Amino acid sequence: MGNLKTKRSSFKLHHHINWIIAAVALVLVVILSFADALGRSDVSLLNRVAYSIILAVSLNLVVGFLGELSLGHAGFMCVGAYIGCYIANYLNSVIDSPVLVLIITMFVGGLVAAFFGFIIGLPALRLKGDYLAIATLAFGEIVRNIFKNLPYFGGAKGLIVNKIFSSTKPTLLIISFIVVLITLVVTQNLIRSKHGRAITAIRDNEIAAKAMGINVTYYKLFVFVFAAFFAGVAGVLYGHQTTPVMYSFFSYNYSIEILVMVVLGGMGNITGSILAATLITYVNFVLQNELTGNLAALKLLIYAIILIVVVLFNNAPVFRPIKEKLNFRRLFGRKHSPERIKDDAAAWDRVPTKIQMDELLSVDVTPTNYEPDKGLKDGGDD
Amino acid sequence: MSTILDGLSLGAIYALIALGYTMVYGIAKMLNFAHGDIIMVGAYAIFVTLASTNLLLALVVSILLCAVTGVVVEKLAYKPLRSASPLAVLITAIGVSYFLQGTAQLIFGSKSQPITLPSLGSIQIGNFQVELRTVITLGVGALLMVGLTLFVKCTRTGRAMLAVSEDKGAAQLMGVNVNRIIMITFAIGSTLAACASFFYLLQIPSVSPTLGAMPGIKAFAAAVIGGIGSIPGAMVGGVLLGLVEKICTSIPVLNPYTTAIEFGLLIVILLVRPIGLLGVRRREKV
Repeated sequence: MGNLKTKRSSFKLHHHINWIIAAVALVLVVILSFADALGRSDVSLLNRVAYSIILAVSLNLVVGFLGELSLGHAGFMCVGAYIGCYIANYLNSVIDSPVLVLIITMFVGGLVAAFFGFIIGLPALRLKGDYLAIATLAFGEIVRNIFKNLPYFGGAKGLIVNKIFSSTKPTLLIISFIVVLITLVVTQNLIRSKHGRAITAIRDNEIAAKAMGINVTYYKLFVFVFAAFFAGVAGVLYGHQTTPVMYSFFSYNYSIEILVMVVLGGMGNITGSILAATLITYVNFVLQNELTGNLAALKLLIYAIILIVVVLFNNAPVFRPIKEKLNFRRLFGRKHSPERIKDDAAAWDRVPTKIQMDELLSVDVTPTNYEPDKGLKDGGDD
Repeated sequence: MSTILDGLSLGAIYALIALGYTMVYGIAKMLNFAHGDIIMVGAYAIFVTLASTNLLLALVVSILLCAVTGVVVEKLAYKPLRSASPLAVLITAIGVSYFLQGTAQLIFGSKSQPITLPSLGSIQIGNFQVELRTVITLGVGALLMVGLTLFVKCTRTGRAMLAVSEDKGAAQLMGVNVNRIIMITFAIGSTLAACASFFYLLQIPSVSPTLGAMPGIKAFAAAVIGGIGSIPGAMVGGVLLGLVEKICTSIPVLNPYTTAIEFGLLIVILLVRPIGLLGVRRREKV
């Protein structure tokens, strides 16, 4: 999607790879479940994979495409899980079909989470990166703290969800994968639309984007609400699979875990998020019984090393020669070499971009060997 | 009265930690997420050395270890990212925070262990019985803050720090060694964190790998409330947050929601006055 002319170009595999992966996964899941090849733990694992993918992809929209750090993704998930499942417990007795109940609660949970996304997105309009990260982190803690103490939601014991799907039948699993497919199609279409390009433009240079007539406020809020909605949906899926819904699950650490998936997969790369979410969920699932006690520290250390190494590798000037030699670009998101970024007049060799500003401006703004002024560079970020 | 004193002494602890955040933010323009975990490093240093020697030596070891950790983290993880996007630095800082926690957990286990500090008793001030640890925390905390303010205002290094926080490029042109100043900032911030860890242990005498996480986040909230980048702001924010926390805990209805109220205060401040109480608004330039 680096090319703005994609609309006119013919079918390209890498434009459609994400939903194809999801569709193939869905077909596989359906076949396997009708062949009764899935054991109880397989179903549980696949469910986790499904909601992890939704979470990682939606967080990637905020972090990778909008370029803002949200540390409260688990908080939105928490809102969705609690509200959605609370309503499901009531709807159960009114509506017979569990599938319908799930669909309604997913919408309600998602919408309530989206509403909170709107509330927390409002500061996003004024706050720059670091502040926003803290505001979202604070939001996550507030949500957890409130749900822990509200007696309607089970208080410290967690919200007990009536099981409407038997754990032997894979109905929930199939619905989860359909939701994954929908998420991916919607996200992919969003990113490859005019709006998606506006979002990446904001990430690359907010002031330049504003100057181009992009409504920065609107798009930031939009992405926040969008991501929160899907996090809420993922929360409802989580709640129907894991009962009771515990406030302690949605901690800061879980938000970081989702962030690790996004960073490992490559910021701004949806396919990467899908793969990383699957990998991390799988590893966690396999090792959950082995990594207990002091060995649980290994998980923290591995996450730490993933975060530090991937970011250093992608951003530190020291690693640029090695990076170019290895040509990891296809694996790690950024599909072009850092050289091309120098073309921009606004001194932003900081964030690699997918939009070529030349084409966007349709004028030649390519001074040769342009070295941005140091003072300008520092002035731009405070 | 005792609630207010408790709040003030907790506020002093938050203020000390917040100073570390605010100085690093002002000078390196980055949010050092791992700062909270430096407190944890300091607490474990006291815990280990206290087992074999006396308190004074334990404090010295703790301060040294924290300063070294802060500087090493800066050199290895943050320095290569000087010109990278703030997002990249922030994610690395989270990674460092996890790394420190994981390492501590691997060495000492995830359980919290009790630590025995010499009991300090209490003294009589007027009609009130005041615990000595509160007095020490408040006194030493205030002394450190005054010292830091004087250091920044009156010494060459301090003024160089101000210059770097004002304009890194211009400071460099004026002959300030920016890398050295950033290193010193990290060292000072970590030293304050070590002091904070001692006061924290006086209040809650047990150590665990996640000990630093919550005070760290709250102190950051305090720094933002006071206006990040501003040294008096960090003190005001810290004391304010400490008071709010202790007052909320003392009222039974509000007690369970203390965390929510504290972070709610942060969000309200961010909405009403994003630069914080004592922050200085800066024009945004292209």
